[in-house]
Order: sequence, then C-alpha cells, then structure tokens
Amino acid sequence: MNLHEYQGKELLKQFGVRIQEGILAQTVEEAVQAARTIKAEFSSDWSVIKAQVHAGGRGKGGGIKLAKNEDQVREFAGNILGMHLVTPQTSSEGKLVRKVLVAQDVYYPGDEQPSEFYISILTDRGRQCNVIIYSTEGGMDIEKVAEETPHLVHKEMIDPQLGLLPFQVNKIAFNLGLSGAAFKEMRKFIQSLYKAFIQSDASLFEINPCLKTSDSLIMAVDAKVVLDDNALFRHPDLSAMRDKDEEDPTEVEAREFDLNYVKLDGNVGCMVNGAGLAMSTMDIIKLSGGEPANFLDVGGTADAARVEQAFRIILKDPNVKAILINIFGGIVRCDRVAQGVVDACKNMGNIEVPIIVRLQGTNADIAQQIIKESGLKVYSAILLQEAADLVTEVLS
Amino acid sequence: MSVLVNKDSKVIVQGFTGKEGTFHAEQMIAYGTNVVGGVTPGKGGQTHLDRPVFNTVSDAVQQAGADVSLIFVPPGFAADAIMEAAEAGIKVIVCITEGIPVQDMVRAKAYIDQFDCRLIGPNCPGIITPDEAKVGIMPGFIHRKGRIGIVSRSGTLTYEAVDQVTKAGMGQSTCIGIGGDPICGTTTRDAVELLMNDPETDGIVMIGEIGGSMEADAARWIKAHGTKPVVGFIAGKTAPKGRKMGHAGAIIGGADDTAEAKMRIMTECGITVVESPAVIGEAMRKLIMG
Repeated sequence: MNLHEYQGKELLKQFGVRIQEGILAQTVEEAVQAARTIKAEFSSDWSVIKAQVHAGGRGKGGGIKLAKNEDQVREFAGNILGMHLVTPQTSSEGKLVRKVLVAQDVYYPGDEQPSEFYISILTDRGRQCNVIIYSTEGGMDIEKVAEETPHLVHKEMIDPQLGLLPFQVNKIAFNLGLSGAAFKEMRKFIQSLYKAFIQSDASLFEINPCLKTSDSLIMAVDAKVVLDDNALFRHPDLSAMRDKDEEDPTEVEAREFDLNYVKLDGNVGCMVNGAGLAMSTMDIIKLSGGEPANFLDVGGTADAARVEQAFRIILKDPNVKAILINIFGGIVRCDRVAQGVVDACKNMGNIEVPIIVRLQGTNADIAQQIIKESGLKVYSAILLQEAADLVTEVLS
Repeated sequence: MSVLVNKDSKVIVQGFTGKEGTFHAEQMIAYGTNVVGGVTPGKGGQTHLDRPVFNTVSDAVQQAGADVSLIFVPPGFAADAIMEAAEAGIKVIVCITEGIPVQDMVRAKAYIDQFDCRLIGPNCPGIITPDEAKVGIMPGFIHRKGRIGIVSRSGTLTYEAVDQVTKAGMGQSTCIGIGGDPICGTTTRDAVELLMNDPETDGIVMIGEIGGSMEADAARWIKAHGTKPVVGFIAGKTAPKGRKMGHAGAIIGGADDTAEAKMRIMTECGITVVESPAVIGEAMRKLIMG
C-alpha cells in the first residue's frame, strides 16, 4: 500500500525522524492559513506547495511550487488543487490533485551550503535481507545515478537477526562526507529511520532528497513510503491511511469482493484461477492477436456468484471485445465452474461480447457438456492452445 | 529416488485440525502419502483422521519420527511455525500459507539457515513425487510417474505444465512449487540443482514469472553446471511495470526483472524458452524424444 508524502512524513516523525514540517490543505483558504501557521511556527517566510498524489516526479509536472508571499500561496494552491497532474509516472491523463501539503522552506541560507542526499531502505530479494541504499547524489533519479556513477551509490546489508549495527550507521554518515553536528544528526536520522521501517512493516522507504540544512540539521524533505500489504492486519492505524481516491475504482470494488483485479488497456478481458496462470493467460491473449484488458485471479472458489461478480467487473471496461475464462480445475471442479458460468450468464441477461471458456482438469469433459447444452453462445475449449485459437477467431 | 519427498517420508501437518489442514491431509492420505500425524497446539493427545495430534512439532518428531512438515497455519503465525519445524529437526518444511508479512519471512529465513533443513514456499502448492508422496494442495490425478522434474513459482500454472507433460506422453519425477513470495526458502536455482543431481530426472521444466532475479540466477547456474535439457517459460510478458500481479513477488521493479529480460538470459544460457505457455509439454517432448 502506498502512502502520500504527508502520511509518510507523519509516520517518520512518530519515530523521531526529522522531517520538513508541513500542514495539509484541501482548499486555497486552508493553504493560506497553513502558510501563515508555518510562517509563525517555523519562522519560514516562504512556503512550498506540494501536490499530494501517488506518483513521483511531481516537480516536473508543475505539482511543487515555492511561494514567496501570500499571493503566491493563493495562486499556486489554486493552480495545483484540482489540476490533473501529469508526471513521468502517471498516465497521459494525469492524476487529479485533491490535497496539497504546505511545507516550510528548508533551503534557507546560513553558515554552510545545504546539500542533498539519497537514502532508501528496502528488502533485497536475492540476499534475503533489508538493505539501506544511500548516495551523495540526492534529488536525482537514483537509477540514473547508479547507471552512470555506480561508485556513488552505497549499500549496507542489514543482518536480519542482529539488525542495524553501530558501525554501519557510522559508515553511512562518513560515506556521505559528514562531520561534526551533521554527522551526529545523520546517525540519529538513520537509526530512527530503520526503526520506523521495521516497526511499520514497510517494504520501501525512499527519502529523496534527504537534506543537510545550512545549520547542519538532517531532515526528510520528501518521503515515499510503501507498506507491506501482508502486514497491514497488525497495523490498523496505518491501514486506515489507505486513500481509495488514488486507486482505480473498479480495482477498489474488485477488492471488496476479494477478487484480485488489475485494470489494463487492452480489448480482451480474462478471468483465471491463480496468479501465474492469469499472467500466462494475458500473454496468450497477446500471442493470439489481442491485448489483455485486465489481470483477474478469481482464486480457489469459482461458483456462480463469484463468476457473476467477475463478469460485472470485467464488463465495466467498455474496451472489452471478448472474455476468456481460463480455469485449471484441481480441487475446484470444472463442472461446478461451468455451471457457475452458465448461471451467471443467465442471471445477467445478454452479455454482448463473445465468451471463450477453457476448463481443464477435474471433470473437464462434463464441464464442456454443460456449456454445450446450455444453449448459450459460449465458445468452449479444453486445451490452452484451443482457447488461444478461439481468441484469434473471435477477434477477426 | 527422486528428490525431497518419497514413499518413506514421514509427513506431519501443522494446522492439522483446521479446515484447510483437515481437507488437504485427507487428500494426501487418499493419495498414499505417509501422514504420521499433525500439530495443533492445545489439542495434543487427541486423534484426528485416525492419526495422533501433537502440541509441538518437537513431540511429533520424537514420538512419530516426522521428517517432513506441511504448514497450513494462518499468515500471522506461519513464520513462527516454520521456525518451530526447523528447530524440532524437520528436514523438509513445506509452507502453503499465503500472505505472510515479508519481514517475518526475512527473520524466519535467517533463523532456519542454522539448521539442516530445507524450506519450500511459502505461498506455494507444495511438492509431489508421483505415486509416492503428495505434500501439498495440488490435484494428484494429473500427475504420472516419470522422469521430468518441474520447478515453478506458481500453482495452477504448474498444474498446466504437469498436465501438458503428462499428455505429451511423459511423466514427472518430482514437481517443486517454490512459491510466489519475494522471500522464499528454496530458490529456482536450488530446485533446479536438486533435479539436475537426481538420477531419476532426465529433463527439467522451469517456470518463472516477472519480479526478482531467481530465474536469471538459475539460468547462469545451468549454463555452468547443467547436464540435462531444460524448457523454460516466464509468465507476465504483458504485465505493466510497478503493479503487483497477484503474487506478492510478481512485480516489475527495474529493467532486469521483466519477462523479456529473463527469457533473453535463459535463452543465452542454453535453455529452450517457449513464448507460449500452451507448448511447454510439446517442447519438452521434442527435447527428450527428438
């Protein structure tokens, strides 16, 4: 589950991580009020208006603006709230901005030049442990830094049983070129950040930039936080941070029915049991001349009620020109699934698009008989290749 | 011989008396698996499915001689169940449970590494050596004893491959479902290595999916050490970047964990990669029978 910047920062702050402070606003008036409060509390004359959407690269799309006076706060908040923000990580339609974070200006002048770092924590699948990735090249696209100047990207592997060790914390601060007060600040920052990562069951923390201010404070200016969906059951407070507005409404609906659905851009819908087979079915659709319209794993039960829900979800997408149902019956019996498909079709009246049903495994032959005798205009297949050929046939 | 499990395996079920545990234990017993009992804390001393229930895995090892365990414990407790099995001396731990928190698995994996055991899964269909032992939730009847080993991250896609291999006139030595989670006990490479070293296996089907680098690691190992033909398939060529496709581990993070990248590396390493999941069995038949 993804968090907004303001939520991620809130989480970090609870664990003692210093953050660029800010106040959430949903209207221009709230933004102006927030800027006044920020000015009073943090003696920050300027404020930064930051669009809160689940996408990176917000600055590039005009979603982050520095306001130097109240008029500008009003102007920028007015522009950003309600805009469809297009960034390299969104679709071409962009994402509707419903909230902005009005944050303190932290690049104020002082004894030293401010400098930006990159710090992230994630789980390394190959090494099967957590890793802290960090670089002096903050504020940049880290993948690009890693490609062009790999010697500037450092990694600390964390022992799962011992946790983050003191020498590792020192190493990070030294490798970032810090000394004196900033060194001590960075030590505290890293320790608090790792504690927050573990205790919130996160799967990704990305602090880019992490800033050393002109008076040697270390703080998170941005925070990308992704939480482990599997662990949300033990974090009801974090679970409540889910923002359904940021998700595809059909996907939200599907999740309520316990269907694992991901919307795609193609013309052939599919309904499959099992994630691996579902991905393979999408691939088969492509090989057969179509484009998958979705990923949909119906899981272990594929009775009439569930098949009907799945049909309704798939058919919400007007681009769907055909539906391929691919079920490998193991414990699930194909004849039951076939009956489910027949009942669902009858309940829903006329489904306009052609339906191809491929049932293989337990009682596949009886299932094919049920489909044939139903009188419904449903194409039936047993072998995966037959199903693929039928997709080609109905699309042509 | 085969690998991991056979007719002499003494299998217990952790989460034995629960709904899932009961159903699948019954299926395994019907298949002929030597299920010697199960574990449900607090129900020790009772009898379930005509077999003894133990409070701890340790009791099951000492009193029933268990050496293989199948875990159906809910996600919040499953990592603990895995560690308990390892500590008790179980040699092959198969964890079916889906949805275990990743950090729980990171800790559990580090803990069990100190014991002489192998974890399969989690979030997997299990392992089967046809006609000898089914330790998992796969439909037994689609399997036929033979000499093709199958390694896969998926459930139903594995069944698809098994079915195709059977229909192509071959059978399976052992099928290993390693699971769809980001942290798994046995990697693709580990499983391939087991089958490569198994005298009863003549060819290997390796099924992967987007996310991670397990298939590339396995492919490089095969290039260096492989002695048997391998057919490979990677699911998710049409999956978008950054979206989780059902399995917690099936997500494209960078350029290296796309289906294309994996298929390219596998081909470079001498694996017969099929573009379509419909021709896995046929490709293996051609390699084995010419």
